[in-house]
Amino acid sequence: MAKITLSDLRHSYMPNPSNDEDWALKYLDLSWDDGGAYALLGPSGCGKTTLLNIISGLLVPSHGRILFDENDVTALAPDERRIAQVFQFPVVYDTMTVFDNLAFPLRNRGMAEPEVKARVNEIAEMTDLTPMLKQRASGLTADGKQKISLGRGLVRTDVNAILFDEPLTVIDPHLKWQLRSKLKELHQRVANTMIYVTHDQTEALTFADKVVVMNVGEVVQVGTPVELFEKPQHTFVGHFIGSPGMNVLACDINNGKAFLAGTEMKTSNKADSKSGKTEIGIRPEFISFADEGLPVEVTRVSDAGRFSVVDVMHKDLAIKLLVNEGENIPSEGAKIAMKPEQSRIYADGWLIEEASA
Amino acid sequence: MNKTVNQKAWFFVTPVLILVAFNAIIPLMTVVNYSVQETFGDNTFFWAGVLWFQEVLNSSRFHEAMGRQLLFTFSILAIEIPLGVIIALAMPRKGPWVSVCLVLMAMPLLIPWNVVGAMWNIFALPDIGLLGRTLNELGFDYNFTRQIGDAWFTLLLMDVWHWTSLVVLLAYAGLVSIPDAYYQAAKIDGASNWSIFRFIQLPKMKRVLTIAILLRFMDSFNIYTEPFVLTGGGPGNSTTLLSIDLVKIALGQFDLGPAAAMSLVYFLIILLLSWVFYTLMMRDEEQ
Repeated sequence: MAKITLSDLRHSYMPNPSNDEDWALKYLDLSWDDGGAYALLGPSGCGKTTLLNIISGLLVPSHGRILFDENDVTALAPDERRIAQVFQFPVVYDTMTVFDNLAFPLRNRGMAEPEVKARVNEIAEMTDLTPMLKQRASGLTADGKQKISLGRGLVRTDVNAILFDEPLTVIDPHLKWQLRSKLKELHQRVANTMIYVTHDQTEALTFADKVVVMNVGEVVQVGTPVELFEKPQHTFVGHFIGSPGMNVLACDINNGKAFLAGTEMKTSNKADSKSGKTEIGIRPEFISFADEGLPVEVTRVSDAGRFSVVDVMHKDLAIKLLVNEGENIPSEGAKIAMKPEQSRIYADGWLIEEASA
Repeated sequence: MNKTVNQKAWFFVTPVLILVAFNAIIPLMTVVNYSVQETFGDNTFFWAGVLWFQEVLNSSRFHEAMGRQLLFTFSILAIEIPLGVIIALAMPRKGPWVSVCLVLMAMPLLIPWNVVGAMWNIFALPDIGLLGRTLNELGFDYNFTRQIGDAWFTLLLMDVWHWTSLVVLLAYAGLVSIPDAYYQAAKIDGASNWSIFRFIQLPKMKRVLTIAILLRFMDSFNIYTEPFVLTGGGPGNSTTLLSIDLVKIALGQFDLGPAAAMSLVYFLIILLLSWVFYTLMMRDEEQ
C-alpha cells in the first residue's frame, strides 16, 4: 500500500520526439492517495493505457519519475513494484484450474502451500469463485475469467495498487453492472488503491472517488464526479462528460461582458477582452424554456425517458436543453433562460477562474 | 422445418466426386482387388482370400521394415518437434529480421524431394562431399554407403534439415498469435521464463503442434524419395523403410498380391496411429 506520485512525466514511443504530436503523454504531474478509487477517463488514443503501463512498469517513461510513497520505482520491473493489473481481455492460464490460477502469483513468490490455500480460498469467497475452484479456467465465461484476473491481483498481500485497463469491454451488458458493483464492494473491503482506465463515463463516474480526465496526452481535469459535472475546467470535460454534453457556444467579450450573438449573457465568471477564442459553456440541465430570454426555434425533440432532449436554434447557434417529462414544449415564439451561476466563460477551451478575472 | 429439395447441388458435387473417384477411390479399390487375388500372368486371376495378408503379417521382412520405419519416424519426431519449438522461440517477433528468418526457414521446404536426396548424397560422400570429407579429415571414420550407423545418421540429419522448418513455422504462427497481455500478466504475476513457456506458450501452441506432429508423422511414415536417392535402402537393407520395401516388392519383383496386401496394412497402420495421436492430444480439449 502506498501513495503513488507521478512527477514531471512525459512519454513518447519514438526515439527522438520533435513536435507536440510525437508525445503520447505530454506532461503529467499527479499524486494518488493510498486506498483511493481512481478512474482515468478519456477517449481512445488519449494516452490512458500508456499511463497505466508506465505505472505498472511495463513501460519505462522517456522522462520523469514514478514514486511509491518516497521510493523511486521508475526503473523497477512490474513484479518488483508489487502492482496487479487486470487487462481488457481476460488473461487466464488455460491449462490450470481456477484454484491454480489464483495460487500462481503466490507460488511464484515462494509462499508455503498451506498459506496459499487459505489465501486463495479467502479471495475465491470474495470474488464468488468458490464453486468453480476445481474447474479448468478455460471453461469459464468472460466475466468469470475477468474475476480470475482480478482475483490474481487481490490474492497477493503485498500489492501497492490494482490497475484495471477497460476490464469490462468484453463483458455482456447485463453482467457489466454486476461486476462493477462487485469491484466497488471489493474496494471497500480490501481498501487497496485501485486505478480504473475507461472511455465510458458511466463506469468512471460510478466506480471512482476521483476521476482524472485525459485528452490527447494531457490531463485536463482531476476531480470528483460532481466537480466534473458541475464545474468542468475545460470545454472538453464539459462535452465528454454528461449525456448530452455541455453546450459550448462561441461568444464575444466586450468590457468584461459576454455577448451571445449580440445578446448580453450573465455568467458566473468574467473575462477581459484579450482572452483569445472565447466560449460560453452551459449544461443542457441548466437551460429551460421561459417567458423572458433568448428567442429560439425548436428544431428537434428526442424522447429520452424521464426527460426529453430538445434541440433549438438561436440565429446560427445550436443549443440543447433538457425538459422533464410532462413539461410543456412551446411550439412557437419559444424563449429560453440560462442559469447565470452555471454559465461559464472559457478562453481557448480553458475555464477562466473567477479570482483571476 | 421444410427442407427444399435442390437438385442443382449435384452439379457442384459431381465434379469433385469424379475427381476423388479417379485419384483415390478407384486406385484404392484396384489395390483391394489385387490384394485378394493371385495371378500367373496372362492377365488371369484366381481368388486368394486372405492369403497375402497372412503372408505379409507373418513375414520377418515386413516386421524388420516396420521396425526401421518406427525407429525412423519416432527419431525424427523426437528431434524435430523440440528443435522446431526451440528455434521458433528464439526467432524475433517484430522488426526487419522476421521476414529474413521466415524466408530462411521456408527455403528447405521449397526444394524438391529428389533434389534434397541428391544434394545430401553428394554432400555426404566420404571422398568428395563437404560433410563426408570434413568428418574424415577430422578423424571420424565416416562412410554412409558402407556403415549402417553412418547411413542412419545421414538419413536423420537430412530429414531434420528438410522438415524442422515446417515445425518452426507452425510453432511460430502459434507463438505470434499470443496477445501481449499474457506476457504482461505473467510478468506481473512474477512468472519465471519456464513458467511462461509451460503455462502460456506451450498451451497456446498446442493446436499447431498437434498439426505439426500429425503432418510429420504421416509424411515420415510415407517417406520414399529422399532415402531412396540418398542410400537406396542400403547398406544391405539397413535403411529400407516400409515404402522402399513396398516398391521393391511391387515393381522389383512384380508380386502384385503381396504388395497390395502390404499397402493396405501400411495404410491402416498410418490411419490407426494418426487417430491415436490425435485422440491423445485432443483428449483434454473437450470437457
